[in-house]
Amino acid sequence: MDLHEMQNTVVRLFNDANAQFHKMPGSAIILRYIKSSYQDDPVRSAIELFLFLFAVRYMLSPSYSTQKKVKLTEEEIDELVDEWTPEPLVAATTPADEIENEKRAVLVGPTGPKSKLSNGRTVTNLASYNFYNFVGNETLKEKAIQTLRTYGVGPCGPPGFYGTQDVHMKTEADVAAHLGVPACIIYAQSFSTISSVIPSFSKRGDIIVADKAVNFSTRKGIQISRSTVRWYEHNDMEDLERVLQKVTKEQAKKPLTRRFIITEGMFENIGDVSDLPKLVELKHRYKFRLILDETWSYGVLGRTGRGLTEAQNVDAREIDMIIGNLSGPLCAAGGFCAGTEEVVEHQRISSASYTYSAALPALLSTTASETISMLQEQPELLTALRDNIKAMRAQLDPRSDWVRCTSDVDNPIMILTLKPEVVASKGWSTKDQTQLLQDAVDECLANSVLVTRLKAYPQGLGVNPRDEGWQPTPAIKVCVTSGLTKKETEKAGITIRHAITKVVKSNKWSK
Amino acid sequence: MPTRTINPFATVSPSSTPSLDALNEKKEQPRRSSFTKGNKFTSLFGGNTPRTRSEATALRDALVAQQQALLDNPSPQQQINTASISLPTINLTGATGEKMLAEPQTLFNPEEARRKARADAQFGPIGSQKHRYTSTFEGEFGDPIEDEPPYYFLLTTYISYLILIVFGHVRDFFGKRFRAAHYSHLAERDGYAPLNSDFDNFYTRRLKMRINDCFSRPTTGVPGRFITLLDRKSDDGNNTFKLLGTTTETLNMSSYNYLGFAQSEGPCADAAEQAVRKYGVTMASSRTDAGTSELTIEVEDLIARFVGKPASMVFSMGFVTNATAFSTIIGKGCLMLSDELNHSSIRFGARLSGSMIKMFKHNDMKDLERLLREAISQGQPRTHRPWKKILVTVEGLYSMEGTMCNLPALIELKKKYKFNLFVDEAHSVGAVGPRGRGVCDYFGIDPSEVDILMGTLTKSFGANGGYLAADQEIIDKLRTQNAAMMFAESPTPPVLVQIASSLRIISGELVPGQGQERLQRLCFNSRYLRLGLKRLGYIVYGHDDSPIIPVMLYNPAKMPAFSHEMLKRKISVVVVGYPATPLVSSRARFCISAAHTKDDLDRMLAACDEVGDLLQLKFSSGVAGGGDPEELNAPEKDGLSIVKPPRWRLADVVKRGVEDVQMALN
Ligand SMILES: Cc1ncc(COP(=O)(O)O)c(C=O)c1O
Repeated sequence: MDLHEMQNTVVRLFNDANAQFHKMPGSAIILRYIKSSYQDDPVRSAIELFLFLFAVRYMLSPSYSTQKKVKLTEEEIDELVDEWTPEPLVAATTPADEIENEKRAVLVGPTGPKSKLSNGRTVTNLASYNFYNFVGNETLKEKAIQTLRTYGVGPCGPPGFYGTQDVHMKTEADVAAHLGVPACIIYAQSFSTISSVIPSFSKRGDIIVADKAVNFSTRKGIQISRSTVRWYEHNDMEDLERVLQKVTKEQAKKPLTRRFIITEGMFENIGDVSDLPKLVELKHRYKFRLILDETWSYGVLGRTGRGLTEAQNVDAREIDMIIGNLSGPLCAAGGFCAGTEEVVEHQRISSASYTYSAALPALLSTTASETISMLQEQPELLTALRDNIKAMRAQLDPRSDWVRCTSDVDNPIMILTLKPEVVASKGWSTKDQTQLLQDAVDECLANSVLVTRLKAYPQGLGVNPRDEGWQPTPAIKVCVTSGLTKKETEKAGITIRHAITKVVKSNKWSK
Repeated sequence: MPTRTINPFATVSPSSTPSLDALNEKKEQPRRSSFTKGNKFTSLFGGNTPRTRSEATALRDALVAQQQALLDNPSPQQQINTASISLPTINLTGATGEKMLAEPQTLFNPEEARRKARADAQFGPIGSQKHRYTSTFEGEFGDPIEDEPPYYFLLTTYISYLILIVFGHVRDFFGKRFRAAHYSHLAERDGYAPLNSDFDNFYTRRLKMRINDCFSRPTTGVPGRFITLLDRKSDDGNNTFKLLGTTTETLNMSSYNYLGFAQSEGPCADAAEQAVRKYGVTMASSRTDAGTSELTIEVEDLIARFVGKPASMVFSMGFVTNATAFSTIIGKGCLMLSDELNHSSIRFGARLSGSMIKMFKHNDMKDLERLLREAISQGQPRTHRPWKKILVTVEGLYSMEGTMCNLPALIELKKKYKFNLFVDEAHSVGAVGPRGRGVCDYFGIDPSEVDILMGTLTKSFGANGGYLAADQEIIDKLRTQNAAMMFAESPTPPVLVQIASSLRIISGELVPGQGQERLQRLCFNSRYLRLGLKRLGYIVYGHDDSPIIPVMLYNPAKMPAFSHEMLKRKISVVVVGYPATPLVSSRARFCISAAHTKDDLDRMLAACDEVGDLLQLKFSSGVAGGGDPEELNAPEKDGLSIVKPPRWRLADVVKRGVEDVQMALN
């Protein structure tokens, strides 16, 4: 192609482009604007052109770069790839891990007040949440089998996609009616319930004021919500008020965001209860919403097991969200969140572990419905349990010289921590206490009583121990059940007390 | 009642009578023969009866004889099922092994017919031995070809959304002024910020609400081959629903019941019933406290063996398996490369782990390699320190796309770049592979090549929960660190037993032959329907052997229309649109099950044919297959093969389907 031809093509192209440009609507205006601005002020045109180019470049560049990239050739990259050695996927197991894995109790046959372990021993089981011995109840089994024979086991789909079964709707209605709130939603697992409820309401920029001692699941829910968190001292209502005041002051000038108080009804790791009337008062005064985790109090506290609201005579509708547990005291499975219609319906589409997970198996849902009505119809179940709690407590606190029970008097889960004065005088570190209590648990087991220890919150990998936050005080966990007689309960209590004494006085720890 | 083929073998035939009596004893001494000695699982079935070994042996012989007789018989499962439920059960206390008296048999027993109909409604009998196909990977694994609709449909889709959004805003504008009470929940109320922000809520309020009746339809009974919907209606624009008290039995194209284990009859349900009787319904404790049962250990061993890893651990929820898994393997200074379409539970877990997360384009190995090279060569941001670990996380089978991960390519990359690989097999375990063991099985890759195999038990196994499988040391370590082990409820006995028995059926330990049948029927069904839909002219996404079949609808208005039209034809389907999919690609998703018969699929095809014409859904241009095999092999013109858009007549689709499924689908 010679030069002449090329020139022709270029001219033709230019003319075409020009013609096209003129055909475009609005082109005349642009042209006129450019012309006049050039005439009036050429410098301004230059600046405008510069700005335009800059804008284009800015738009085309990647959104933002988090790091300055080092330019490398392909060979250099290959070399780096060859050199790179990742750390192993998990750290090597330590002897402590091995012991823990070895010691984990394996039950043969059903769980119950007396359980058989894989080593052939039959033990008094004070480690499971079978408070009312619902596990061994034949009527419940029959009902479960009926459901199994009608629904099969799994619902094979998330609630949004044909996984909602009539039995789930019934259980939701049953819980809502029991609590006296308008609506309820049930989740397939209790552990995941609150960690999914919190982020479905509280987003980045929202404010959470939470008790320091909330359980692991709640903590993770708060973490994933990415909201601003303020902690207050455990069950310290004055500190809570102080924090609320501070937050209100800080936020006064900013646009209003959602604000939540998150706490537990009965604390998983301490065992004590919240002061609900005070919480409700504060929540109203400072315009916060209250998310109450009743995982351990629902089915336990109150005359019919309605939880903290019943025990402290608070209208459940005053609390914005009540999270509860169907897998513990109620001996079924799953968790729930109860509140207004608005609260519940919102979760159905935006709470991750509800929307993106399969529904609860029908037979577990009907079991929950059954046990809820049993608690309402037979309040003597609860009183029988409380008698046993009293009997057990009498053996441990204040009788033991070494431990005290931090749990509420109605809490069947007794949290036994070493007395602070004992710890102080012996100079035991947290690790020592954990080890000592583990020895005591082993000693109990040697005497045929199965109890467990509170578990410390696992830390994320690479997290600085400084940032680990609140950790539960090492403790023994004793779960009382009405499946045992008062005598048996007392006997087990004596065994536990003696085991602790024996361990504390042993050569290993008496130094 | 939907049509059902008559299965000549499903009624009690004289040839198998002796063994049936042996099976009759099942309540007392069932399936002992198929267990190895000393198996803890046997104790479930009352293994402590003082029965002599010889009787057990006799029983086993009988069972073996029967299985032999059934091997070339269609649907052995049906046989056993019927047997176990249709004959009167023997009183447990009076049962003796010698009782060989045949029950008086009449020609027609209405009670039995009813039971049989019920069992068939949960798991359809196979029509012909031809309706099987082995799910295995052949040839070159590539991305499935994605067809595109004519521009007209894309344009109308955008316009539809535009109209919906404009209308929504107009309604909001007037609504907030004239019906303020209805909008009060979106505004500040006496000092409280709204629970839902107006902006986030717009989509739900103005778009999803219109088609809310297609979601969360309540059901009852077993989600098997058919599913029973509770009829409901709404008088207030889908805000609330009223149940009408009637039900509709529909063909179930929506549950994740891949292998058809959603059954209330048969070996799994029998075992689950025994488990409830023996163990109660729950362990009422967390795994580390007192929630570990012999059943848990048993199931963990079974799963490990099944997926081909040395060890595994089970959880009571699949979501939580992912949500807690990542914090124990990655953390600060680690990088996670995650497929952009990974499940919400993976994102949840990853966010909790505190590691850096980057996404790569769905199934795009080039993009992944680019990210890997960049990550390894550049190191961590700012400090440029090398990454401690890089974890690549993919799903085996994607639940909205029907695509499988490119495992062979991932393994290649893994060898070169030394990253760790985590595969979420929620949908693929049980559903793909010649032995149903997931993507590794499907691609013929040794499971040891993948570091961690995760899966859920909610889908193929008809149970509940999830598992992690890996090397023994990894699992040992994770057991002591995993939060769900410490704090979450442990899986319940009936669920564990459902898992164990379904795994045993798949692997052939229990009711030999049935597992194989389920696997092969699933794959046949998937391919048959996929091919049929392609030939009808639908645009279908995903890989050929995948039991998840998304068909594209594009226009948002077609979602409810499709769902309603299908419901009119008594078929329940799932429709999904934005935000679960990109704005333009609204789709309907069918989940295939081994419980479906070919007739069910033909019914489905007939419905899709009609609805496809009605709603103009036959967009396919033919590039993704569905053409006539003969024409495909025709000589190409000018080096270009001309693809004709496939628009087969239904009759031809049905006629050719069974044969053509055996060939490559495009
Ligand atoms: C890829 C993936 N992972 C995990 C899950 C969660 O499993 P589950 O329903 O058992 O909680 C799902 C379920 O939808 C899934 O698709």
